[in-house]
Order: sequence, then structure tokens, then C-alpha cells
Amino acid sequence: MPDPSQLINSGVPVSWYLVLSAILFALGVAGFLFRRNIITVFMCIELMLNAVNLSFVTFANQHKQVSGHIFAFFVMVVAAAEAAVGLAIILTVFKNRATLNIDEIDSLKN
Amino acid sequence: MDLIFFIVFGGIALISAISVVLQRHPIASALSLVGVMGSIAVLYLQLGAEFLSMAQIIVYAGAVMVLFIFVIMLLNAGAESRRGRSWTAQLLGLPALLAFIALIGFFVQRGFSNVGFVKFGNFTGGSAQGVGMALFTDYLLPFEVTSVLILIAIVGAIVLARKEMD
Repeated sequence: MPDPSQLINSGVPVSWYLVLSAILFALGVAGFLFRRNIITVFMCIELMLNAVNLSFVTFANQHKQVSGHIFAFFVMVVAAAEAAVGLAIILTVFKNRATLNIDEIDSLKN
Repeated sequence: MDLIFFIVFGGIALISAISVVLQRHPIASALSLVGVMGSIAVLYLQLGAEFLSMAQIIVYAGAVMVLFIFVIMLLNAGAESRRGRSWTAQLLGLPALLAFIALIGFFVQRGFSNVGFVKFGNFTGGSAQGVGMALFTDYLLPFEVTSVLILIAIVGAIVLARKEMD
């Protein structure tokens, strides 16, 4: 942990961004595991993708390379496509089952 | 100044993320997620990723979240019930989560504590020009493949969500 006067002058340590990203990712994992609504589970996946993007951009800043931004951009594109297809799947499941609770959508389990 | 900026918007991101996980109603979760994405866009700006920051607001906070809210409204999703959770999950969930965060934090502090500082303006390659230059020279093939991916996603979404024709 750097001393306070150094922090004011030199900015934010890179590790703080990475820790923030890790916490956001962990919260996404927690929501993914503990929530029961399929739409909320899906939103937690988006939260995890955002957390990973944040560490990509942090490393791009640290290494002074633009490649990290490109990877984050591709993650964004894939997330948008995934949201469209995933929400279409949720619509279809709701049409057939009339439920959004993931405990009741367990045909593959038996 | 950088530090205050980071603490304010990192704090907003953190509180909104906790709210995403804890809110019982999907609409409240979705609005909290918009808060997370907005504050992450501000952090991108501080990290020198201007193009990504705007793309984040337009694509995530704009398009993706509107799609989510659209589906929540369409399906009339209500608050989820608290019952039906195993007691192991209730008992071990929070400690396991905290242990996971502590472990990652420990290794990040050990491995990246002396790699430098983020200061606004010390990296200027993230403008639309910089990103476009890299995207259309070094990463041209992945970029073109992405367009095929999006086409497949469009077709898939339409096929899944259409009404059955008899």
C-alpha cells in the first residue's frame, strides 16, 4: 500500500482497478449461482463480462497498448449477440413452460 | 483528483453491483446494472479508452439493457420467491464469496502492487482513431468474422422468437 502523499500526486494504483474488477466478477458469480430468476441470472453474466472488460482496459493502460481495447470491443460484440440470442431463448422457454424460475426448468436433469 | 474520481465511480459501480445481486425484482436489478455500466464507462474514460467508453454507453447501457427491460416487461416478470434454497448455500455462500474475493485480492496485491499508477492522460491511444487503426490493420480478420457472428445471432434470434407458422 503506497503512502497517501504519493497517491495524491501519482494517481490510482493499477492493482486497485484489478481488485475492483475481481470484486465485480465475484458478485456476478454469486448472483449467477444464487439467483432463481432466469433473467437476473442472465444479467449477472453481463456483469461478469463487464468486470473482465475492465481488467482488459486496465492492462491496456498499463502496457500502453491498444490491443486490450480491441479485445474488450470483441467481448462487447459477443455479449450483444449473446444477449439477443439468450433473450430469444428465454422468450421461447417462457412460451412453452410459463415459468422463469430456473428450478422448474430441469428437463435435462432426469 | 484521479483518486477521488476512482473512489466515487468505483464505489457507485460496487454499490450498484451489490444491488444487482440483492434486488428481488428483475426491473430493479436491470436498472442497477445500468448504474454499473455507466460508472464503468466513466472508469474507461479515466483509463484513456474514450472509444470504448462511448461504445459501452451506447451498446451496453443503451441497446442491451433496453432489450433486457423489454423482455422483463413482455414476460411480466415479478419478484422472485426466497424459498427453495438449500441451507448449505445459505450458510456457506457469503463466506465462500468473501474467501474468493480475498484470495484474488491477495494475489493481485502480490503480483501487481508495484507495476505503476493510472493517471488521466498518460495513455492516449484509445481514441476512435487509435482503435480504428488497430481494428482495420492488425485485427481485420477477427473484425470481419465478427460480422458473420452477428449475422448468425440475428438469424438465430428471429428463428427462436418467431411465431409458429401453420
